[in-house]
Amino acid sequence: MSILEIKNVSKRFGGLKALDDVNISVKENTVHAIIGPNGAGKSTLLNVLVGKLIPDEGSVEFDGNSLIGRKPHEINQMGVSRVFQTPEIFGDMTVYENILIPLFAKRDGAFRLHCIEHVEDEKDIVEKAKKMLQDVNMYEKLGMRAASLSRGDKRRLEMAMCLSQEPRLLLLDEPTAGMARADTNNTIDLLREIRETRDITLAIIEHDMHVVFSLAEHVTVMARGTPLVDDKPENIKGHPKVQEAYLGGHKEG
Amino acid sequence: MLGLSKSDIRIFLLVVVLTIFAPFILNPFPEASGLAQFNAGYPDLMQRFVIFGIFAIGFNILFGLTGYLSFGHAAFLGVGSYAAIWMMKLLTMNVIPGIIMSVLIAGIFAVAVGYISLKRTGIYFSILTLAFAQMSFALAYSVLTPITGGETGLQPKISDPRMLDAALASGEAPRANLFGLEMGTSYELALSGWVFTFNVGYYVAAIVMIIALYIAIRIFRSPFGVMLRAVKSNQQRMRYTGLNPKPYTLAAFVISGMYAGLAGGLMVAMDTQVGPERMFWTASGEVVLMTILGGTGTIVGPILGAGLIKYMENILSKINADILYEWFAMLPDSIADILVFVIYPFIGKGWHLTLGIIFMCVVIFLPGGLVEGGQRIGNMFGRKKKTEGEKSSQPAE
Ligand SMILES: Nc1ncnc2c1ncn2[C@@H]1O[C@H](COP(=O)(O)OP(=O)(O)O)[C@@H](O)[C@H]1O
Ligand SMILES: [Mg+2]
Repeated sequence: MSILEIKNVSKRFGGLKALDDVNISVKENTVHAIIGPNGAGKSTLLNVLVGKLIPDEGSVEFDGNSLIGRKPHEINQMGVSRVFQTPEIFGDMTVYENILIPLFAKRDGAFRLHCIEHVEDEKDIVEKAKKMLQDVNMYEKLGMRAASLSRGDKRRLEMAMCLSQEPRLLLLDEPTAGMARADTNNTIDLLREIRETRDITLAIIEHDMHVVFSLAEHVTVMARGTPLVDDKPENIKGHPKVQEAYLGGHKEG
Repeated sequence: MLGLSKSDIRIFLLVVVLTIFAPFILNPFPEASGLAQFNAGYPDLMQRFVIFGIFAIGFNILFGLTGYLSFGHAAFLGVGSYAAIWMMKLLTMNVIPGIIMSVLIAGIFAVAVGYISLKRTGIYFSILTLAFAQMSFALAYSVLTPITGGETGLQPKISDPRMLDAALASGEAPRANLFGLEMGTSYELALSGWVFTFNVGYYVAAIVMIIALYIAIRIFRSPFGVMLRAVKSNQQRMRYTGLNPKPYTLAAFVISGMYAGLAGGLMVAMDTQVGPERMFWTASGEVVLMTILGGTGTIVGPILGAGLIKYMENILSKINADILYEWFAMLPDSIADILVFVIYPFIGKGWHLTLGIIFMCVVIFLPGGLVEGGQRIGNMFGRKKKTEGEKSSQPAE
């Protein structure tokens, strides 16, 4: 069963075709990696999925419902969460509050005038938030200002925020970029554990082949806005088109 | 207690106690002393302290939490005032219907203004609110004269219908009251040289302010309050977390508009008259200054800021050159001349200069406002751990 069905999606920025007739099908409860050189259109594709960009052509269906034209918060409420390439967190709030917000959003919807009760009286939510912080080893940083975290911690926090919503589809845009090897391995373990313990589909954009081959069950290779190859990771490795795409493009540091 | 955390309850009770004993605290100098002119414990000024306190508390819910800077909140103050005075003309001189109506009408007006202004953010939002307020001011002055009384404004007249009140005896003027207890009534207590005034109107306004402060603290600490701070922090992340920032911001805007309306209604309850100048843009700017001066986003900051500005406006502005010469009477004339020459620009009409300098110093050296100043002083005296609970959600390092 495919949970995400991207059909004939194109997106132009002026003269540049950032996405050119993209067709991708993501199976439910799998890890699907999208790889490709810089500028291939991977982030643009995610922007289309989460409602930040409206494609010029094509359709996107999540679990049988079209996502085109929906607002970002509506798409999230349907069960799609996103981790950004540069972490998007609530910088001037505490780590703890950063986790509370998605939990409230999940329970109360896009808006609720919930202004008399004290946050700490929301026992369920408080408990879930603390549990989530323990799960990602950030409990002792609970009172810190999120902006003062290290880059790796910011990513982990953002991931924890998304996971706390128990999304059905989690989109990750280069989750290990700029991480040290040890942190990368922790992230791989965390993602694998998430995948094994929950009903969740991961769509992950990644440069690091180590991450891709450790996690992905399916890989789409993109270049210049178009998917070139769509196959199992073991078949991708030696594929001539993939070699060409990577040699043709330039690698990121 | 009261559903508040320990540090919040401490601050809240402190405000309550200070408000109750304000007639003593604000009159520290004996009546006959030269310093008596620095006493602020007279009804008119004390009423202004708490009413502008309410105005600033409400403004802080919008500006302090969401970061949206409105430059038009005086419009809601004015609308609240007009609503209240009409209740006094049509229904009763009892202040309750007027106060309720001022909140409701200001709230409705805020829905309309907020809905349109919040289509933009940043400076464009500020300009839109300013435009709305100036429009309201101009309309009140001109086209809407039948409702607003134009330049002369409105006040209760003997001939008003006042459907709920008994007819006034001949020669009796309509007076604002709370079930018969007149707002203007004062009790004086003379204690060997000191005179303390306890005014009914002040205590009515003070009770309303305390309730308003309590509600504000609840909002600050609620999930809704957290969402409002999220609006200020990162709207993009909010959207991708399934939250719609729009209704949150609009709700904050309307709540703060209702606080402004409440302040306007109370102004009428204390001093039964309204004019359009209440909506002028300088009045909108003043509440911004109050909030920043006291401490944006803190709980008591806005009240402190309102107090300081109203104190300077009413006390500092009354000091003139003659008074200065009186103070320096014992000094040689030439030195007194120099001192007066130096101080004079900062007093009387020059109080704006003093305010401007204080404001600049606060913004540059104490970005957290007077509250931050208080915390720093508190920390110097060794109360290192507790930071007044103002920032209890901030890092505990
Ligand atoms: N908002 C935008 N406006 C104009 N061009 C854009 C925009 N977003 C991306 N692009 C261009 O589209 C192409 C694909 O970008 P992107 O999706 O970020 O690539 P990737 O994430 O695969 O590195 C790039 O050439 C980029 O410069
Ligand atoms: Mg990218």
